[in-house]
Amino acid sequence: MENVQCQCGHTNPPGTKLCESCGRSLTEKDQNSKLVDMRYEGTARRSQTYNKSIIDKIWNFFSSVKVGVSIIVVLLVAAAIGTILPQQAFVPASTEATIQAYYADTYGSVGRVYHALGFHDLYSSYWFIALVGMLAISLVIASLDRFVPLYKSLKNQRVLRHPSFMDKQRIYGSGPGAEDALEKAETKLKELKYTVRTEKNGLLAEKGRFSRWGPYVNHIGLIIFLFGVMLRMMPGFYVDETLWLREGETRAIPEVPGYYLENKNFKLETYTGEGEDAKFGEAIDRVGTVVKNYQTDIVLYQEPEDSLPGATDNLEVVQEYPIRVNQPLKFDGYAVYQMDYKLNELKAMTFALTNKETEESLGELTIDLINPDALYELETGSTVELLGYYPDFSGFEDGEPQTATPLPNNPGFLVELTAPETPEGETSFITIQNTVEPLGENQYKLTFQNADTRNVSGLTVRKDSTLPILGLGGLIFMIGVAQGMYFNHRRFWIQQKADGTILLAGHTNKNWFGLKKDLDRVVDSAKLPAYTDQQDEIDKKEKAEKEGESSS
Amino acid sequence: MTVKKKKRSYVRAAILLVMAGAIVFTIYNSFAGEKSELLQVGDEAPDFALVDLEGKEHQLSDYQGQGVFVNFWGTWCKPCEKEFPLMEKQYQVYKDQGVQILAVNIAQSDYEVRQFAEQRDLTFPIVIDKTKSVMEAYNIRPLPTTLLVNPEGKITKIITGEMSEEDIASYMEEIKPE
Repeated sequence: MENVQCQCGHTNPPGTKLCESCGRSLTEKDQNSKLVDMRYEGTARRSQTYNKSIIDKIWNFFSSVKVGVSIIVVLLVAAAIGTILPQQAFVPASTEATIQAYYADTYGSVGRVYHALGFHDLYSSYWFIALVGMLAISLVIASLDRFVPLYKSLKNQRVLRHPSFMDKQRIYGSGPGAEDALEKAETKLKELKYTVRTEKNGLLAEKGRFSRWGPYVNHIGLIIFLFGVMLRMMPGFYVDETLWLREGETRAIPEVPGYYLENKNFKLETYTGEGEDAKFGEAIDRVGTVVKNYQTDIVLYQEPEDSLPGATDNLEVVQEYPIRVNQPLKFDGYAVYQMDYKLNELKAMTFALTNKETEESLGELTIDLINPDALYELETGSTVELLGYYPDFSGFEDGEPQTATPLPNNPGFLVELTAPETPEGETSFITIQNTVEPLGENQYKLTFQNADTRNVSGLTVRKDSTLPILGLGGLIFMIGVAQGMYFNHRRFWIQQKADGTILLAGHTNKNWFGLKKDLDRVVDSAKLPAYTDQQDEIDKKEKAEKEGESSS
Repeated sequence: MTVKKKKRSYVRAAILLVMAGAIVFTIYNSFAGEKSELLQVGDEAPDFALVDLEGKEHQLSDYQGQGVFVNFWGTWCKPCEKEFPLMEKQYQVYKDQGVQILAVNIAQSDYEVRQFAEQRDLTFPIVIDKTKSVMEAYNIRPLPTTLLVNPEGKITKIITGEMSEEDIASYMEEIKPE
């Protein structure tokens, strides 16, 4: 492409539509149109200027608004597809293989394809991240390509423009004017807070130029936002973990090195409808139970410095705190939230050693299901020896009792009962409401008396160091939006020819009504010729033509 | 003009490179994300100290100079149950050649662990991670998971899932000090 030489002698970069110096239209199309296209001040988008090396070609690709919008559309469609089947976080499977199997089994071939394409974990799938990255590139390049020439051209604006530039402005007027018209117009414009520059026989009044930077500020905000999102993927910036903590347990906090939590107590309180709550009585009658409070009383521990994982005898208490909904425990940039609970998990079971015939009891024993003893001695000299403990009994395999999990959901005990009458001992296998006597009929049995339970708190551990960055990005984004939306860039060009004729043109990027209101006051005060809105006239004419066609 | 063009090319190339780099980096992170939490082969094995059934403390770094076969397990885990007798067998072969087994139980009761060990006549040290802090430090997800730690204290292999007797023998051979 060649540089474009204007009639005024100025050399413009290739692709320029309006001469940078005088404002004449440079292309035939623009010369023939009634109004000039004032986008980007008629400057050449930089990418259009050069298209030689591979770098220029990539650059030009991303500079296109069409490409940018296409990327956004693809992202939206992908995000929409990502909502059709549940994301992997909400699927009842945890390992890579079981998740894949879950999609295949539950949704058939659709699920298989869905999983293969990465829709099951959309925000982490490589092509989605790549697309967001391309959107970021497009934002940066498209902005740079437009901002730089626009900035240059607005900075180097000439006061005097060629008449052909002025009469192609939407707001245009010409006619005789008084000798002091320019001076009066200048005074009035300054009164209206315009910045006025004069040169020879003309003036340029301008207001709100910064509104033109709105879109670019807005894009800077978006880029900062995306940068924050990118940081989330890095270890240490973002933690979101679940921790199930049983009453009485002390556990290392996942992803939070050196800290431990102990669950002292979980409680769930409901509105009673009495006393202070009496005012809720009606509502409670209507809907049944209403929960007032979910609360986990915890102790936060920290291991001493240079202590090793596992060596947890000398943990130091940091604080005790009741975690309630929306009142997380906060420490060291982390927050622990009350999220979920399970009530009444078995904790201990009490049995009586009884004679099957006489139902006489030889005493009671309590087996701690979390930490059972091997031998229980009763006052009467009888003993119960625990030969095997299966916290979550799931059946026999080769005659051996099995446990499915380490949690006491369905405890099974293999015991040897020894009473004064049966010194050799009797073997018995006990599960809830069931006793098996594998080695023959027994004289004694363990009779279930009662059970102790404990509650489980579901806690969520969160840390998000990217929030300030996301907040900053969002703020800058909003500033950009406000800058571009609520302010307008208004300009007037006024020239007075030697014969006293006044040429008058006006332009704004938005809110033409406001521009005309300003101009009316200037015209009034400086006795300038009347102006017309050429766009209005074109519209009217088209409308009239259309009506003419339809009526004929 | 050519100087200007060259400069333009450099600036554009630089901007494109930085942004493409950021994308690749992000994709890498999101991919490695889940895995990088897990320890990698070649990493220094994080030191830990746990107490065995006899009340004796075992610190990983005490075994520097020996190969350590660290196995995370639970009594409810079927593959763990199957590989323990095999580990015991190979332990008898390799313990005099400088290979140590540390079997780390995940937060179960002394009773269950002792019962399990006695029934199988296990002689290698079994320690209990009561607070799951070692499990957390090693980011253990599935059980069993076995880590091979060489005499220099570096992780040479991470095995998730069941091992055969040949596997166990070859792993011990691998971390045996020379």
